[in-house]
Amino acid sequence: MIAVENVSKSFDGGGSFAIRGVNLRVPARTFVAIVGDSGSGKTTLLKTINRLIEPNEGEVLIDGEPVCTVAPHALRRRIGYVFQGIGLFPHMSIAENIGITPRLIGWPEPQVRARIEELIELVALPRAYLTRLPAELSGGQRQRVGIARALAARPYIMLMDEPFGALDPLTRDALGTEYRRLHERMRLTTLMVTHDILEAVLLADRIVVMRAGAIVADGEPHELLSGHSDPEVRTLMDMPRRQAERVRALVEERGGE
Amino acid sequence: MNERLSSALRVLPDYLSQHVLLSAASLALGLLLSVPLLIAARRSARLRWPVLAAASLIQTVPSIALLALFYPVLLGLSSLCKRLLGVGFPALGFLPSLLALTLYSILPILRNGITAILNLDPAILQAASGVGMTDRQRLLRVELPLAAPMLMAGLRTSAVWVIGTATLATPVGQTSLGNYIFTGLQVENWVWVLFGCAATVALALLTDQLLALIELGLARRRPQLAWTGLALLLLGVAAAGAVPVRSAGHAEYVVGAKDFSEQYILASLISSRIRAQGYAVRERTDLGSVFAFRALAAGEIDTYVDYTGTLWTNILHRTDMPGQRRMLRDLRVQLRRRYGVVLLGPLGFQNAYVLAMRPGEAARLGVHTIRALARVAPELTLGGDLEFFARPEWRMLREKYGLHFRAERSYEPTFMYKALMSHEVDVITAFSSDGRIAADHLVVLGDPLHAIPPYDAVVLLSPQSASNPVLRRALEPLIGAIPINLMRHANYMVERPADKRTPAQAARWLARAAHLNGARRRVTARRRPRPSTPSPRGMPSPP
Repeated sequence: MIAVENVSKSFDGGGSFAIRGVNLRVPARTFVAIVGDSGSGKTTLLKTINRLIEPNEGEVLIDGEPVCTVAPHALRRRIGYVFQGIGLFPHMSIAENIGITPRLIGWPEPQVRARIEELIELVALPRAYLTRLPAELSGGQRQRVGIARALAARPYIMLMDEPFGALDPLTRDALGTEYRRLHERMRLTTLMVTHDILEAVLLADRIVVMRAGAIVADGEPHELLSGHSDPEVRTLMDMPRRQAERVRALVEERGGE
Repeated sequence: MNERLSSALRVLPDYLSQHVLLSAASLALGLLLSVPLLIAARRSARLRWPVLAAASLIQTVPSIALLALFYPVLLGLSSLCKRLLGVGFPALGFLPSLLALTLYSILPILRNGITAILNLDPAILQAASGVGMTDRQRLLRVELPLAAPMLMAGLRTSAVWVIGTATLATPVGQTSLGNYIFTGLQVENWVWVLFGCAATVALALLTDQLLALIELGLARRRPQLAWTGLALLLLGVAAAGAVPVRSAGHAEYVVGAKDFSEQYILASLISSRIRAQGYAVRERTDLGSVFAFRALAAGEIDTYVDYTGTLWTNILHRTDMPGQRRMLRDLRVQLRRRYGVVLLGPLGFQNAYVLAMRPGEAARLGVHTIRALARVAPELTLGGDLEFFARPEWRMLREKYGLHFRAERSYEPTFMYKALMSHEVDVITAFSSDGRIAADHLVVLGDPLHAIPPYDAVVLLSPQSASNPVLRRALEPLIGAIPINLMRHANYMVERPADKRTPAQAARWLARAAHLNGARRRVTARRRPRPSTPSPRGMPSPP
């Protein structure tokens, strides 16, 4: 269980706030999507959880333990982190990239190697890729490695910051669906920041909408899809439905000819 | 030609190994200093700016000045050390060269390193933190490995600079490939100059290529390439270290020399006289004019030849100009009192500034003294060496004789003589012991008003060698024994364009001509040196 309690963060010494007074509770094994415009504070919120950003006020607790009492590197070894930039280490092979966190923790070498092989299959990449360098892989393949690397040390929390944002639509869809299966199978708790409402609707158990550093809506996809008091949230959530209707109309028009 | 080449090859192991050791030590120390600076500067922009600015500033100081500046600093530290701990360290040679070259090597390494680390993809750094690396792990596993190829490129630049600049360590008393260049330039031995340049370039290129191999190995992740490069480099340094150091250790006496032919010849003459008594001698040649006396006073050399006028103005900082005898007497007393240095006596000739003309021109104008020259000077052009027009001699000549020339031009000495012979100038400033005066039959103009101070060549002894019997036996017979015409001829043997002799050969000729060999006949040990008059006649024939 992740608890964000009254967290505020200002990057300019209190002039303006990226997030202000945010409260959020994410029970274990939930898949939460955080959506909102750019600058709404969703990435800042995500990064306060693994201490890539330290809040000015409030605190974040994981299973009741404040994260500020754990050394940042130790905390991050327990939390998977995937982001749009991927950030594979270009001087390390795919195998070395995947095995990095277990090795930092000090797992025995045979166990690390077994885990690397298990993960490359889990993210559906050929084993032969293990000896390659990141530069030799496509964007989608690289993000599969990014996910494998985040999962390597068996974290139960995954933080994902627009993980599929830079991928082409087909890869994006496939990878999203596959990740959702991994989430189930490995009993993960996932927080995913995305600006794609459709992706959020299709993947998440729960959607959090942010605007100007605050949470303006929080609910299951079907609740939010069926209307909300805030007009902007309504417009936002209507978009997937409108798009789907337009697509259906197009298909039927053609079929009628 | 062949003789010059083979003489160059003979000293190559010594010069090359010293050059390699100096460059390698400077680079290693430079790398050792820049990496911590780099690590400190990578996070703190406040530190980054001053560090880079300081490194750039050092780079703009002319290399030779930087090398020279360390000498007085080290000398001060050494004497402080001696006073506090009872042991000093040599302030000349390796140490000042090492420090200056180390400072030079830092900038390229630092600048490339900082650029590399600042330009790392932020996504990679975020990932490094994200997977749970500590700051240290991130530095060692991600930042440094990714910056390594560029850091190596900086090290390569640095290596080429250091190897090139190390040639300038020669004037501060450190043997290097620069010895070929400095000595070669002075005695106009172009084979040596070219040989020194070629050897330096070859060494720099080879080092650069080996470092490139390491760089390639790091960039392509092929460790065996990097290790091969490193092994070859270390092998080269080890080989240099294994060359028996000719110039250190077992020498019982050290004879110094400044950086011109006459000094080489006299140093060779003195060393051979000490060696003849069965003692090992090392020559430390090409000392910058400023360093020679300080090195003597500090006991780093035992003896060398200097000139009264130079000591008077540069060491005692006197501006008055007493006569030849009083200057000699005062110097003897003052040098002893202030520095403990013993002025043994004058050799018998002067190396002073003189004004010289082509013989035909002098006869046509009826000019034999500077006084007579002053009348016709407004129609003539004066050629001086590079420093003459800034020296007190020029000021005094103008004041005492009212000299005014139509034009004044500065030349490098070799070209000054050529300019005179090709009628580009009519009068030149020569040195009285210069061999070319006799060779070109130049007329040296008299100085009846004594405007130019005396520059008697005198033998100096360091404080601790003051009463050394070996040195005394070797040096005392030289006093008053070398007339100007012999010195001129010996200088000419070394400097003439054809049929050149080495300084050692010229020294042997000089010893024979001045009857210094075996025969116990002192020419005139107590004789005061006569003011020199040019007389190429009556000179013993060269070998």
